[in-house]
Amino acid sequence: MSVRLEAPAIAADATARDRRANAIAFAVMVGLIVLAPFVAYPFFIMQALCFALFACAFNLLIGYVNLLSLGHAMFLGLASYVCAHAAKVWGLEPVSAIALGVAASAALGVVTGALAIRSIGIYFAMITVAFSQMVYFFCVEAPFTHGEDGIQAVPQGRALGLFDLSNPWILYVFVAIVFLFGFLAVQRTVNSPFGEILKAIRENEPRVISLGYRSMQYKLAAFSLSAAIAGLAGATKAIVAQNASLTDVSFAMSGEVVLMTLVGGMGTFYGPVIGAFIVVSMQNYLAQYGEWVTVIQGVVFVACVLVFRRGIVGELAARARISL
Amino acid sequence: MSGNDILVTDGLSKRFGDFSAVSDVSLRIQRGTIHALIGPNGAGKTTCFNMLTKFIAPSSGRITFNDRDITAMRPADVARLGLVRSFQISAVFPHLTALENVRIALQRKRGDSFDFWRSKSALEPLNLRALELLDSVGLTSFAYSKAGEISYGRKRALEFATTLAVEPEMMLLDEPMAGMGHEDIDRIAELIRHVSANRTILMVEHNLQVVANLSHRITVLTRGRVLAEGDYRTVSENDEVREAYMGAGHA
Ligand SMILES: Nc1ncnc2c1ncn2[C@@H]1O[C@H](COP(=O)(O)OP(=O)(O)OP(=O)(O)O)[C@@H](O)[C@H]1O
Ligand SMILES: [Mg+2]
Repeated sequence: MSVRLEAPAIAADATARDRRANAIAFAVMVGLIVLAPFVAYPFFIMQALCFALFACAFNLLIGYVNLLSLGHAMFLGLASYVCAHAAKVWGLEPVSAIALGVAASAALGVVTGALAIRSIGIYFAMITVAFSQMVYFFCVEAPFTHGEDGIQAVPQGRALGLFDLSNPWILYVFVAIVFLFGFLAVQRTVNSPFGEILKAIRENEPRVISLGYRSMQYKLAAFSLSAAIAGLAGATKAIVAQNASLTDVSFAMSGEVVLMTLVGGMGTFYGPVIGAFIVVSMQNYLAQYGEWVTVIQGVVFVACVLVFRRGIVGELAARARISL
Repeated sequence: MSGNDILVTDGLSKRFGDFSAVSDVSLRIQRGTIHALIGPNGAGKTTCFNMLTKFIAPSSGRITFNDRDITAMRPADVARLGLVRSFQISAVFPHLTALENVRIALQRKRGDSFDFWRSKSALEPLNLRALELLDSVGLTSFAYSKAGEISYGRKRALEFATTLAVEPEMMLLDEPMAGMGHEDIDRIAELIRHVSANRTILMVEHNLQVVANLSHRITVLTRGRVLAEGDYRTVSENDEVREAYMGAGHA
């Protein structure tokens, strides 16, 4: 009976360690978000936060359900266009405009997910690419997106009619709140009863089915949630950058989010955030090298995959024997 | 007439291209019994299990569970009816702890778990039952170990506990003792006998000692066909069986 008492004690210790590590990591992240605008260009941080949220959404699928979507830019981009249009043409205040963008991407997620989820592995990935190309084509052709020009001069407006987002400080707080909300939503999803089933599907789908779970429905729900959060990132980005353009629906953007997640560490909470900041910083500070950015990015990517197989955070967490 | 048969198949067949893995298998599994499906490697035992639980579609034939035609059903729905299988190749969730593995199965009874907004601490009430199940297979001290990090025999035991957790009316066990040491085999055999009190068990097992001790009825399969059926004595005295099965190295 002594064994019986001992084992849970060790385990309680391990989960307590994880919990503590996560609390510290979260505090550090919030601290950095608070300090960042004083040391770096706030606009840059806000954009990076949007991409970080986008990567968190992508990671929910690849990291916890083992679904590789290579068309995730369609959710970022569609929400961005819808939000920009709603704010500019319909004159909606930003929170409502963002909500509309999220709804559009969630709906797109349900429809494309329902069709893609039946396939697995590379076939699933290819179907997501096909859908995102269709959405891209739609955004090139549809009148409201203004083709190559995109939607420009999107008004930032007053959030809920109260907070003037054209004030850069208020905008910064707003974006930080949206990011933290999305980040915590992903974390909660992963650590929910639903998330337990997702992780089990990731590990052994036939076994989950054999226990009586209709795994397709779980995968579809996860896909739609991920689409909605990617949409939240895209819609918020439209308010921050005051525009929506084809870049955000492009195949290159779908590739970048893969890069961000892998570099930071898929299947970790903080990896995609760090990965997004690294990739966005590289693009920003290396912009002077023009075309070479792509090459440098490729080199960093290859180096990361070779040196840190689990990504930066994944590697650190594995060494410290905690899960972040 | 099938009132006492829980699972019935009629002319169940599976072809992979030109190859007939299972041909015209008609089984009747009596409610409340332990029924063994034995036969040499490649006889089609696992393929039968796959068809019974709808993991693969039969090429022809019909499957009835509790007088209900399940031939066209989806695998998760078959499991929900109470016909639950285990796998020949140990099927655990390697990055989850043993406790979490069993809890995944227990979670089913909460209904569908789509509550992504709730903390997983909502699952804590299930821990006690999960620990009980782990205890019954001798895994108490591994409750908080990652399933991928325990020995093969223990993985099998964990898988058994997980299957048991959904409290199936009928269990299909595909070589539940493969890779286990003597002590574990005895434990699982005893456990199978214990849990068979109020359910039906169909199991594939190569360990004939176990089969002899546990099963009420045995079906021998070779090359996809039923060669013999009956209790252990009848089957073991069948010349064809001796030739096809025992002769093949399983003395
Ligand atoms: N998906 C498949 N495609 C082609 N052939 C298959 C497939 N699955 C099984 N087979 C073949 O069907 C035959 C029966 O296989 P099965 O796995 O059912 O045998 P078994 O009785 O479970 O054997 P063992 O005791 O080795 O587990 C084998 O010859 C196998 O190679
Ligand atoms: Mg087999």
